[in-house]
Amino acid sequence: MAFVSQAVDRVFKMNVEMMGLQLLLPEIFVLTMACIVLVLDLFLHDRNRVVTYGLSQLTLFGALALVIALADGDSHTAMFGTYVADPMASLAKAFVMLVVFAVFLYSKDYLRQRDLFKGEYYVLGLFGVLGMMVMISAHSYLTLYLGLELLSLSLYAMVAFHRDSGVASEAAMKYFVLGALASGMLLYGMSLIYGITGSLNIAEVAASIGAMAELELALIFALSFVVLGLAFKLGAVPFHMWIPDVYHGAPTCVTLFIGSAPKIAAFAMAMRLLAESLGGVQADWGGMLAILAVLSLAVGNVIAIAQANLKRMLAYSTISHVGFLLLGILSGTVEGYASALFYAITYAIMAAAAFGMIILLSRTGFEADTLEDFKGLNARSPWHAFLMLLVMFSMAGVPPTVGFYAKLAVIQAVVGVDLLWLALVAVFFSIIGAFYYLRVVKLMYFDEPLDSQPLEYGTDMHVAISVNGLAILLLGLFPGALMSACMAAMGL
Amino acid sequence: MLSELPLLSLLIWVPILGGIAVLAAGDREPWGARSLALITSLLTFLLSIPLFTGFDTGTAAMQFEELTPWVAAFDINYHLGVDGISVPLIILTTFTTVLVVLAGWEVIRKRVAQYMAAFLIMEGLMIGVFAALDAVLFYVFWEGMLIPMFLIIGIWGGPRRVYATIKFFLYTFFGSVFMLVALIYMYIQSGSFGILDFHLLPLGMTEQILIFIAFLLAFAVKVPMWPVHTWLPDAHVEAPTGGSVILAAIMLKIGGYGFLRFSLPITPDASQELDWLIISLSLIAVVYIGFVAIVQQDMKKLIAYSSIAHMGFATLGFFLIFAIIENTGTAQGALLGLEGGMVQMISHGFISGALFLCVGVLYDRMHSREISDYGGVVNTMPIFGAFMVLFAMANSGLPGTSGFIGEFMVILASFKANFWYAFLAATTLMLGAAYSLWLVKRVVFGEVGNKQVAQLQDVNRREFLILGVLAAAVLLLGLWPAPLVDLMHATLENLLAHVLVSKL
Repeated sequence: MAFVSQAVDRVFKMNVEMMGLQLLLPEIFVLTMACIVLVLDLFLHDRNRVVTYGLSQLTLFGALALVIALADGDSHTAMFGTYVADPMASLAKAFVMLVVFAVFLYSKDYLRQRDLFKGEYYVLGLFGVLGMMVMISAHSYLTLYLGLELLSLSLYAMVAFHRDSGVASEAAMKYFVLGALASGMLLYGMSLIYGITGSLNIAEVAASIGAMAELELALIFALSFVVLGLAFKLGAVPFHMWIPDVYHGAPTCVTLFIGSAPKIAAFAMAMRLLAESLGGVQADWGGMLAILAVLSLAVGNVIAIAQANLKRMLAYSTISHVGFLLLGILSGTVEGYASALFYAITYAIMAAAAFGMIILLSRTGFEADTLEDFKGLNARSPWHAFLMLLVMFSMAGVPPTVGFYAKLAVIQAVVGVDLLWLALVAVFFSIIGAFYYLRVVKLMYFDEPLDSQPLEYGTDMHVAISVNGLAILLLGLFPGALMSACMAAMGL
Repeated sequence: MLSELPLLSLLIWVPILGGIAVLAAGDREPWGARSLALITSLLTFLLSIPLFTGFDTGTAAMQFEELTPWVAAFDINYHLGVDGISVPLIILTTFTTVLVVLAGWEVIRKRVAQYMAAFLIMEGLMIGVFAALDAVLFYVFWEGMLIPMFLIIGIWGGPRRVYATIKFFLYTFFGSVFMLVALIYMYIQSGSFGILDFHLLPLGMTEQILIFIAFLLAFAVKVPMWPVHTWLPDAHVEAPTGGSVILAAIMLKIGGYGFLRFSLPITPDASQELDWLIISLSLIAVVYIGFVAIVQQDMKKLIAYSSIAHMGFATLGFFLIFAIIENTGTAQGALLGLEGGMVQMISHGFISGALFLCVGVLYDRMHSREISDYGGVVNTMPIFGAFMVLFAMANSGLPGTSGFIGEFMVILASFKANFWYAFLAATTLMLGAAYSLWLVKRVVFGEVGNKQVAQLQDVNRREFLILGVLAAAVLLLGLWPAPLVDLMHATLENLLAHVLVSKL
């Protein structure tokens, strides 16, 4: 018996090592657990639904532990070069786990109050996380696309998750149709690149573009489609139309999910596609991204002013933040990529706190998603008003919050490649942006409350959102560690 | 023993942590919050005294330096240090905060803990601005300062407080983001965020002019200079008394400090090239805003406009240096201009703070700032009347008060530059007297205006203490300015020598 088990062990180990499967352990773990949760949930009574929740959180925790354990600071490929585990992937995945952990936690009471506390939300969420992980670690266009679609399909379903809500169904439909269109564009671009270079592998594509004596027109053509698809997924102007409707229409806990962690994954996708595989034509996509960035900053910040619904306002604010993210990427330097990674991570943290606060203010039968609902929060709960104040000032980029360093790093990267005008455009629009964030602070601190009902929240929610809000302040006071981690992730 | 303490860090963090403690104490025990705030502010003031006594006036080098790496990835350091320019401003800050805490003692009834905490935190941030020697650290304090002030005006302000505070925030934010781009540009050029490294960084003329303009946007809004001054009257009028005092006494000085710490030494050639611009704007502030002040109906607005005019003197003094050197060939007169500007800033800190506190005393009793609602206050409040007359006299530059010294030095310096500069600057002696004395005539003297005035109670002990301390400071500085001038002398001399060396 011992002999057999040893042999099995050896064969298994050999296979695992040959394929580099141990690198995929976090993904395998999440997939397995998602399936277990899915099946287990079928047999659970409604009152035991909390088991699903607990297992989902455990999954994220375990995956985080695996990601950290496997991170060794080097880059390895697996699955015949279609998968890569590098420092950037570890960092991005770790923060995806942390942010989704917060998202799941914030969602629990919200779902309960609306009779939506079902396993589907968590199962879809876990599959979404798996999609993000695959996107982040993709080293082939096919892997990238698979990850993206896994994420997108989970998100479409999550938006439509509140079956009886007309707005949500409309949002889901819009999201699905437009998202499918964008995926098509991206896929078309990828297939053209395959036609030109004869490979889907990111390293091989990069090598064959690098070896080209002169650039083919077809490559630029393909690049346009890739950039277009990416811009759509990121929500950059003029491909931003879906964002406000989806953010607004989706149940707040889903908006929270869509608005936070996927930004990190989308950044990673942009890095894999543009910086790693198409780095040779940086001059071309840099210019395209510059146009997208300026438009996003302008449209996002200006239209956000006109919003009365906080979810819509945050949607437009996302668009403007995407503009900043693109600025970091388009600089085409390692510092720029690191600054964009820093931006994506901090944005995800800020967005989680902002939407979390909406959830905290909501209660059974009441959605606190308009600006009016935040009136006089300081009188109702000074601590939560203070946390929201931190989030708002951080989004506006005012020190000593982390949002300031995110903007500082990006502007520094842009100035570093002599694109001073872009830096000036960015800061100019951030002045306009400051206005609508200030308005939220104004409502919370200067106005009298309209709603005198006490806030309903559990201890876990209270602790989590406090940690989340204080993280914004603490990362702002001591940004060094995260900044160095981002630099290290980019190989600096 | 004292020299081993990280004095500047203590000065920054004691009030901030004290403020957090006050916040934590909460409103249930307003007396506790008040006492804790007073103790913290007194402690901070005491901590700032060794800065003065232990300061070596013989050197222009930075003293009490602290240097710790902060964000290694960007070479950002927690670098603090003070010289003759920053020490008086820091002491002004700690001194004024004690008075502000006292001034809000009984008057503020709504959210006392938050009010006190906001002022304490702001004190720490303002000291940070004056002590920071790293550009990003400076910027963090500079912008961070806006948050408490935004809340102070917005929560405890007057009827149009929301308009005023958002205007205040956006104006200042507008100015400062361009400064941020300039700082980043210089970081890329020099590889360091050290302000002292920026001083030595060679820059071409075009770069200097652009950087100068970026700084100008930031500092001109803060000072404020005409034509970006319009936020100030609004902010002053709507702010609670304490907010107005801090705004006038310290925040405006941060703009002037910026010119001395950044604009002049970093872009000396652009400063020389564009000195006409600053001089013109300063003279417009002195003359035009002086006229505007005369016609104000609201006491706080009048003092706000007079602040703009007086700060015009400070900026005038700073930027006269090039014209003086060109005219006379010696640095002596130029130094007079710089010193005059600095003395003017400190003196204005005392006087404008005192005047706002005087208005606060009246407002607490009558709930009106309209000049026409008063008249004959001296009949019912003789002690208050005496204080108000003294401060108004100081505001118009009466010899023997601190207001005289700064104005006189700057006018004297401007004679060496150009007769017409001096002529226009000297109109302040008339305009200042006109608006200050007319204010006093209408409010303090004359027949008792109405029933309410007839029932006024004179200042209580707390108010007497506040105004008395300020009166002493105004007179002391007016009669014996030597310690202040000695404190700044070496630093300003060094600054002047640095500015006169072209970077091209």
